[in-house]
Amino acid sequence: MSGLTKKFVALAGLSAFVAGNAVAAELTVVSWGGAYTKSQVEAYHKPWMAQTGHTIISEDYGGGIAEIKAQVDSGNVTWDVVDVELSDAIRACDEGLLEEIDHSTLPPAPDGTPAADDFLPGTLHDCAVANIVWSSVYVYDTSKVRNWNVPKTMGDFFDTNAYPGKRGMRKSPKVTMEFALIADGVPVSEVYDVLGTEEGIERAFAKLDTIKDDVIWWEAGAQPPQLLADGEVIFTTAWNGRVFNAVAAEDQSFEMVWDGQIYDLDLWVIPKGSKNVEAALDFVRFSTATEQLANQASWISYGPARASSVPLIGTYHDNSAIKMADHMPTAPGNFANALQNDFEFWADNQDDLNERFNAWLAQ
Amino acid sequence: MNATQPITAADGTPLKKKLAQAMFRSKLRAAGLVAPLLAFVLASFIFPIFALMWQGVHNNTFERLMPNLTEELRVWDGLSEPTEEMYTLLVADLRQNRADKTIGRVASRVNQELAGTRSLFTSTARKAAKLEPPYRDALIKTKKKWGEIKVWQAMKLTNQSLTPGFYATSLDAVYTVDQGFIMKEEKRQIYTKLFIRTLMISGSVMLLCLLLGYPVAYLLATLPLKYSNLLMIMVLLPFWTSLLVRTTAWIAILQSQGVVNDILVWVGIAADDSRFSLIYNMTGTIIAMTHILLPFMILPLYSVMKTIPPSYMRAARSLGATPTRAFIKVYMPQTIPGMGAGGLLVFILAIGYYITPALVGGQDGQLISNMIAYHMQKSLNWSLAAALGGILLGGVLILYWAYDRIIGIDNMKLG
Repeated sequence: MSGLTKKFVALAGLSAFVAGNAVAAELTVVSWGGAYTKSQVEAYHKPWMAQTGHTIISEDYGGGIAEIKAQVDSGNVTWDVVDVELSDAIRACDEGLLEEIDHSTLPPAPDGTPAADDFLPGTLHDCAVANIVWSSVYVYDTSKVRNWNVPKTMGDFFDTNAYPGKRGMRKSPKVTMEFALIADGVPVSEVYDVLGTEEGIERAFAKLDTIKDDVIWWEAGAQPPQLLADGEVIFTTAWNGRVFNAVAAEDQSFEMVWDGQIYDLDLWVIPKGSKNVEAALDFVRFSTATEQLANQASWISYGPARASSVPLIGTYHDNSAIKMADHMPTAPGNFANALQNDFEFWADNQDDLNERFNAWLAQ
Repeated sequence: MNATQPITAADGTPLKKKLAQAMFRSKLRAAGLVAPLLAFVLASFIFPIFALMWQGVHNNTFERLMPNLTEELRVWDGLSEPTEEMYTLLVADLRQNRADKTIGRVASRVNQELAGTRSLFTSTARKAAKLEPPYRDALIKTKKKWGEIKVWQAMKLTNQSLTPGFYATSLDAVYTVDQGFIMKEEKRQIYTKLFIRTLMISGSVMLLCLLLGYPVAYLLATLPLKYSNLLMIMVLLPFWTSLLVRTTAWIAILQSQGVVNDILVWVGIAADDSRFSLIYNMTGTIIAMTHILLPFMILPLYSVMKTIPPSYMRAARSLGATPTRAFIKVYMPQTIPGMGAGGLLVFILAIGYYITPALVGGQDGQLISNMIAYHMQKSLNWSLAAALGGILLGGVLILYWAYDRIIGIDNMKLG
C-alpha cells in the first residue's frame, strides 16, 4: 500500500516575490506518510518555505534503502531529503549512497551550546542527522470490556492464559525477537548479548512459539491501530506516534504499555547526487534547529533529538489539555524499562535472522 | 503443352521468380512495420530479463572492489592458514574502499555468505588507515574474527564472481568451499516449502476458478442476449476495479468482526467468541485470489462456448443420449481449448501474485513472490531474487511444455 503516493505541493509565500532575485528550488522531501508526515509538514516544511521561498514536494515511502540505491546507481536522483531509520542510514552511508553532512554547520542551541553537544548521544552520524526518537510499544483498547487485570509488563503480552485472544505483531524479526526475550525475563541491558548467541535465538523463537497460533502479523504502520479498533486483536505492537494519533485525533481509547519499549531514531539523509544539495542541507539545518524540533512534538508524540528542545515541548496543537511531554518515549514514567535498538546488531544479522524468522513462520 | 515448361509472366521471367520478388518486397515491408515493436520488446523486456537472470549466477562486487586481494584468494586452497601477504592486501583494499565509500557494498556481499560480517568490514575499514604492520596481528587485535578461517572462506566464496551459490540458497542448500553443496537443516529450510506452497495454492485457485467459472461462462454463452449482456457486465465490473480495492474489500468481508462472520453468528452457526478465521491465512489468500482471477477463466471459456452450435447437443439428445451423457461426451470436449487457455492463464498469473498474499496471507498464505519482493526491496540481495525468479520462470516453462505435450498449444483459444 506504500505505493499510494500522496503529493503535497504548496506554493511559496509572498516572500518569494519579495526576495526577488533568489532562484527558488523545488525540493523533494520523502517520509513515512500519515500523521508523521503531517507533523513534519506543519513544523518544518511550511515555515522553511515561507522563510526561503523554495518549494517542497512531500512524498511518502515505506522505508528501506532500495529506492535510494536505485536512484543513485542509475544517476537519476529525484529525492533530495529522506527520513530513514538508523540502521538504514548507517548502511546507506557505508555504501556511498549519501552526501556527508558537516555537523559544525548545524545550528547551535539558543543558549549557544554547539550542535554536537546539544544533540542526544548517538543521534549525529557522518551522513545523517536525527530529528526524532520513536518507539515500539504494545497497546490495548480500554473501551472493550474485558475480565482481566490491567496489562502492565511485556510478559503480559505473551501470557495467553491470563489474556486469551489474538495479538498483532510486526512481521519482522526486528523488535519481535527482542520483545520475546524481554518477556522471557532477559533484562533489557542484556537483550542483544543474549540474542547474539545461538541459544538466545532459540530461546526467543521458543517464547514466540507460545503465542504463534494467536498472532496476526502486520506490515504497514497504519495497520495495528486499525486491527485494534476493529476488535481483530486484543493487543498489538505498534509505533507509539501512530497510537497517540489514534487517541488524540481519532478519539480512540487506546492505552500503551511502555514496559520493554524499544526505541529507535529517524534521521534526515541526502541521497548522493541530489540536484539541490545546498537547499537540502539548508532544509536539514533549519528543521533540526531547537525550535522546529520542539514544534514538531506538538503534532505527534515522537521525542526531539536535541536536549535543548525538551523544555520547549508544549501541548497538542489543537488540544491544550494534552501535555505532549507525558506521551514521549523518553518521558520519565515511560522510560523506566526501555531498550535502544542496536543498529549494528541488526546490520549484521538482519538477513540471516529474517531468513530464520520466515522459516519459523512457514513451519 | 509441356508440363516441365515454367509458366512465365508477361515480361518473360518465370512466374515463380516474379512471385518470390513480390513476396520478398511485402515481407520486407511487413518486417519494417514490425521492427519498432520488436526492438521495443527486445530492449525493454527480453534484455532486462536476461540481464537479471545473469545476476542470479554472476555477482562481481567482491572481485571488482577488492582488486588486490582477489588474485591471492583465488589461489588460496581455502583450508590452510591465511598468510601475512593476504592480510596486507586485505588492509590495502579496505583502505581503498573506505576512501571510495564502497566498503558497505563489499560488507553486504560477504554478509550474504556469512551473517555477522557486515560490521566486521565496516568498522575495520574505519580504523584501517591507522593499522601498522604486521597486519595479521593488527587486524586480529582490532577484531578477533579476522583470525577465523570461516571469514576467509566466505571471502573466497564471494570472490568467485560466477557462482552457483544463489541458486543453491534458493533451494535451501549452502555452497561451501570445501564440501560442495550441503542441505540446510530442516528448520532453516524455507524456499522449497514456499515453491511447493505456491504451486499448490495456484493449482487450487485454478481448479476453483474452473469450477465456479464454467457454469457462469455457460450461462453467458447460452442466455438470450438481453440477460447475458447484464451478466457480462457483472463479470467485467470487478475486473475493472483496482486490485487493491477488491483485496481490501475482502478484508472487510472476511475478518473476524466482518460481514460473513456477523451473519454466521446471527444465524447461530458460529459462537460469538469462536468466530471463524477466514482471513490472514491460506483460506483468505485462496478466496481473494480466486475472486480476482475469475474473469481470466470465464472470458476464454465464454469465447469458446459461444462458437459451439447448440444443434450439437440437440443432435446428441435426439440420438438417445441422456442430458448428462450429451454434456460429457459432446459439449465438454469442445470446451477443452477454453479450459486449457483459462487454466494456464489463471495458473501462471497466480504463481506470480504478491500484493494479495501480502495483504491477506498472514503467516501461512505467503507465496514465493513475496520472498522475491523482499529480496528486491528490503535485503537488496538482487542476485538471490534473480535466482528465485529464475527457478520460478523455469517452472512455468516446464509446465508450459508439459501442457503442449499433453493438450497441445494449438488447442488453446484465448478468444
